[in-house]
Amino acid sequence: MIEVRELKKSFGPNPILNGVNFTIQDGESVVIIGRSGGGKSVLLKHLVGLLQPDSGQVLIDGENIVGMNERELLRVRGRFGMLFQGAALFDSMTVAENIAFGLRRYGQLSSGEIEKRVSEVLRRVELPGTESKKPSELSGGMRKRVGLARSIVYNPEIVLYDEPTTGLDPVVSDSIDQLILRVRNEMKVTSVVVTHDMRSARRLGQRILMLHKQRIYATGTAEEIFSSTDPVIRNFVEGVSDPKEQK
Amino acid sequence: MIWGPMSKQTSGGIYGWVEGLGQVAILAREAFGSLCSRKLSWDDLMYQIYFIGWKSQSVVLVTGAFTGMVLAAQTYFQFHKVKMDTATLAVVSVSMCSELGPVLTALMVAGRVGAAIAAELGTMRVTEQIDALRTLATHPVDYLVVPRLLALHIALPLLTVEAIFVGILAGYGVGTRLLGIDGVYLYANMVKYTGGTDVLMGLIKALIFGGIIAMVGCYKGLNCGEGAEGVGRATTEAVVYSSITILICNFFLTLSLTRLMNSL
Ligand SMILES: Nc1ncnc2c1ncn2[C@@H]1O[C@H](COP(=O)(O)OP(=O)(O)OP(=O)(O)O)[C@@H](O)[C@H]1O
Ligand SMILES: [Mg+2]
Repeated sequence: MIEVRELKKSFGPNPILNGVNFTIQDGESVVIIGRSGGGKSVLLKHLVGLLQPDSGQVLIDGENIVGMNERELLRVRGRFGMLFQGAALFDSMTVAENIAFGLRRYGQLSSGEIEKRVSEVLRRVELPGTESKKPSELSGGMRKRVGLARSIVYNPEIVLYDEPTTGLDPVVSDSIDQLILRVRNEMKVTSVVVTHDMRSARRLGQRILMLHKQRIYATGTAEEIFSSTDPVIRNFVEGVSDPKEQK
Repeated sequence: MIWGPMSKQTSGGIYGWVEGLGQVAILAREAFGSLCSRKLSWDDLMYQIYFIGWKSQSVVLVTGAFTGMVLAAQTYFQFHKVKMDTATLAVVSVSMCSELGPVLTALMVAGRVGAAIAAELGTMRVTEQIDALRTLATHPVDYLVVPRLLALHIALPLLTVEAIFVGILAGYGVGTRLLGIDGVYLYANMVKYTGGTDVLMGLIKALIFGGIIAMVGCYKGLNCGEGAEGVGRATTEAVVYSSITILICNFFLTLSLTRLMNSL
């Protein structure tokens, strides 16, 4: 279970998160939506302790990870998988080495087995046969999918996806959504997905959190959010810009 | 401390330099702790030794050779006036072993390797690869800093020995061929005046300078600012700060090591 209590974070004078509270149950899949620059990626990074908040708590199964030192955090992070918004592939390594990185670090697997797992997960993200390519030879969307493969290959309990389908064509987007659903259902993975894609938000989110004005502005099932009459939510979901902001 | 984004800009000038040195020391402690308690990846270490040591040889050889040559020539010009021609190589040898060898090698390696380390780690940081490493439950110090630190500790003394050797050889060549000094006397005087302590001092210095280059390069890279500009600045600062630190340390090392060795 992930619990976030009164999380506050500012960079310099700009508050990014100002009292964020929510709870995510085991096995649940939650979608976080919100305006660009609203702090969704920052929030996600707090969940794995990549950033330390100014105040507040992040509890992973009751254990507060705020203020932990880097070594303690490594233990907690072993349970997480994270897809970065920019994929963050290791550019000195091949695709296969990138994906195998997580597996290797946990040891125990023979190299034959690692190879098998890598090619299997590459098939699942629809990139079979790209093992020996370097990240620089891949397109943005392909990189995203390699990043996705890297974050799920070692069967983490919790996976954080930062915009998994941004920059992918609609067909691949759909298959990535399916993959995330399958990963969630087959392995009982807790998933937290940040997305701007309303279609996949509807499909992936058992619950949707909307981050707005540095707080969780609204939370509810996909149905509730999509049928909300609140103007802020309506405008976001339907993609209407606020005329007042255009000045 | 160093993992989040920079909480505050480090102040410039002497104060900033000292503060940076403190941060580097904290990183060094972390690296040392990791070295003692964790399994090292031999592949990574070997690759770093190859990149840092093997690939730096040409630079170091040229530096060593020409320093030895100019030193021999200049010493001869001065000593010739007082008819001490045959002591030329002794001067070359002593100064190459204890001062010029380690310092010049370290400066060249700082320019080549220190810059490369800072640029590589800095790029990894701005493209979130360091964060990715951390989410994959890998400590950046274990994976990135320790192999580079060890590789420099191993490679720099070897490179220094190479520079010293080539420098003396080149000095000998200049002395005998160009300046017409008798090779036998040159050699005899060199052996007579160069002590084991000179060589030892050079090696100890090289070991320490290697650590300085690695730690400053890694620190600057890991704490690099945003974007291409941040990487550029980290690279420049890595070279500047490690070079300055090497030169300052060298003075105090010479004083303290000489004292220490004399008292033994
Ligand atoms: N390391 C940092 N240093 C300073 N400011 C930062 C840093 N990281 C993020 N910010 C600021 O925090 C705000 C939120 O950034 P974040 O990346 O979380 O937005 P986001 O909601 O993920 O947007 P998008 O949907 O475009 O990815 C931005 O205004 C950004 O400028
Ligand atoms: Mg983002």
